[in-house]
Amino acid sequence: MLDNTQDGYVTADGRQIGPVVLELKNITLRFGGVEAIKNISFDIRTGEIRAIIGPNGAGKSSMMNVISGFYVPQEGEIIYKGYKRAKMAPYQVARTGIARTFQNIALFEGMSVLDNIMTGRMNLMKSGFLSQAMWWGKASREEDEHREKVEKVIDFLEIQHIRKTPVARLPYGLKKRVELARALAAEPQILLLDEPMAGMNVEEKEDMSRFILDVNDEFGTTIVLIEHDMGVVMDLSDRVVVMDYGKKIGDGTPDEVRNNQDVIDAYLGVSHDE
Amino acid sequence: MSDTVLFALEAGLNGLTVGIMYSLVALGFVLIFKASGIFNFAQGVMALFAALTLVGFQTGQVPFSHLINAIFGAHVSDFGFTMPAFLAIILTVVVMVLLALLIERLVLKHLVNQEPIILFMATIGLAYFLEGLGDIMWGAEVKRLDVGIPQGMSSWVDETTYNLFGYGFYIDTLSLWALLIAAVLVTGLVVFSQYTKQGRALRAVADDHQAALSVGISLRFIWVLTWSIAGIVALVAGIMWGSKSGVQFSLSLIALKALPVLILGGFTSIPGAIVGGLLIGVGEKLFDFFMQPVIGGATENWFAYMLALVFLLFRPQGLFGERIIERV
Repeated sequence: MLDNTQDGYVTADGRQIGPVVLELKNITLRFGGVEAIKNISFDIRTGEIRAIIGPNGAGKSSMMNVISGFYVPQEGEIIYKGYKRAKMAPYQVARTGIARTFQNIALFEGMSVLDNIMTGRMNLMKSGFLSQAMWWGKASREEDEHREKVEKVIDFLEIQHIRKTPVARLPYGLKKRVELARALAAEPQILLLDEPMAGMNVEEKEDMSRFILDVNDEFGTTIVLIEHDMGVVMDLSDRVVVMDYGKKIGDGTPDEVRNNQDVIDAYLGVSHDE
Repeated sequence: MSDTVLFALEAGLNGLTVGIMYSLVALGFVLIFKASGIFNFAQGVMALFAALTLVGFQTGQVPFSHLINAIFGAHVSDFGFTMPAFLAIILTVVVMVLLALLIERLVLKHLVNQEPIILFMATIGLAYFLEGLGDIMWGAEVKRLDVGIPQGMSSWVDETTYNLFGYGFYIDTLSLWALLIAAVLVTGLVVFSQYTKQGRALRAVADDHQAALSVGISLRFIWVLTWSIAGIVALVAGIMWGSKSGVQFSLSLIALKALPVLILGGFTSIPGAIVGGLLIGVGEKLFDFFMQPVIGGATENWFAYMLALVFLLFRPQGLFGERIIERV
């Protein structure tokens, strides 16, 4: 069982999970008359891998978009690092240390892999445009420092061989990896991954799972992911939120969720004969 | 060398210098189109407005003087001082940046995520608005613009070519300056977009809005930045055209010549805008030179459009534009 005190808990594999970093309280999101998210609350703790699962159309991606600021919920509040988050534009959310990837890859297709990943560090660069023009030396030194960090991310994700390739030429699996690299380059506190393994073959899925675990392990990054592959989700995540038709129907460790009757019904269907 | 070849060469060189003027206008179009996918119909009027404002500042004109006189029965026309060119240019740049800010606040912000055609219509509205504003602010008469760029026949070119071929070419010094300034401008833009943080952000926004947002780039800031740069490019174009043929409202029609330039060079390519402008400038002069005896004069009015039509048939993405590949 989880120890739900503020201090966190220790996972089955012995990792120490910290206090709550992001809390969603009674979130409701509507598109016109359709309620995509109905009064959902859950929390995300520092250092954990938190999965959101559910059948198609359950509202998982909408939830991701709420956290990253692309959607603004009509009701509810988001508590981030102890403070209620004001209404923010997506780029402002990104600046608070929340990086994300997209279900349908959103990369800068015309730019090289390296340039794509460099954009991830945009918010960590200090020199503005005028100071860059006036103190060229200082700015180029800063550029070099960021470049070094980016190279580390590139090594980490094993994409050295495609550094200079324009993204448009890459196969799907590698694009997904570049997108992860760009998100990582921002050194985020929370990393949101929307179906990082969709459309991948078994081998690519194994690679991606390994990267996700390594990122969490090495940088202590809190990870929230949406994934359809149940085997992957149960292996990777520490705690799982289950959604169905915009409602939360389960929340707990993979084992708890697996044995939850509502979750089983949502996935396998319920007989209505009786 | 025979006379015909020499005359053709001279015509071609003059075409080069007219072409660079087209390029300058086209450059403004490309910048905005790349960053936001908006075809800014007002680019030509922006050049006009910038030139009007520059002349206004330089000669110490009172803005809206006609309006003020009509309403209050006053007789103001100018402040009675003149401003050095560089100061007037700096002030005009400030005005163009303010204009960019206002365009974002009042127009673009409210049309986010609309169809491109709607944004295009908005820029047509903007074109008419700016033309009217320029008229009310500074008056409609043709004005002389002189920022100190030397004009008249370049004796250096004349002497050199005379010594070489025994025939002196007539090239306007202003055109040589236009070439130089355009080269500096383009180099500056390329360095900015390739080697600075904001330049990278600009390219990112041009590529994918959603992705740009997710890495923390403010679209609104980038739009203001792009329109400011386009405004400054418009000012440069306005100075060049204004110095050449006076600041007059027909300046805004030059924008139409930029359309074939864009079709030739590609809507998304900065080098394309330059090369396209030069090709059209040289092309129309040479075509006129060789075809005049056969089909009569005034071919310059339509040659560019005909060339654009040929390009649309055989290479719709232009010389440097991105290939249009539709995945099925």
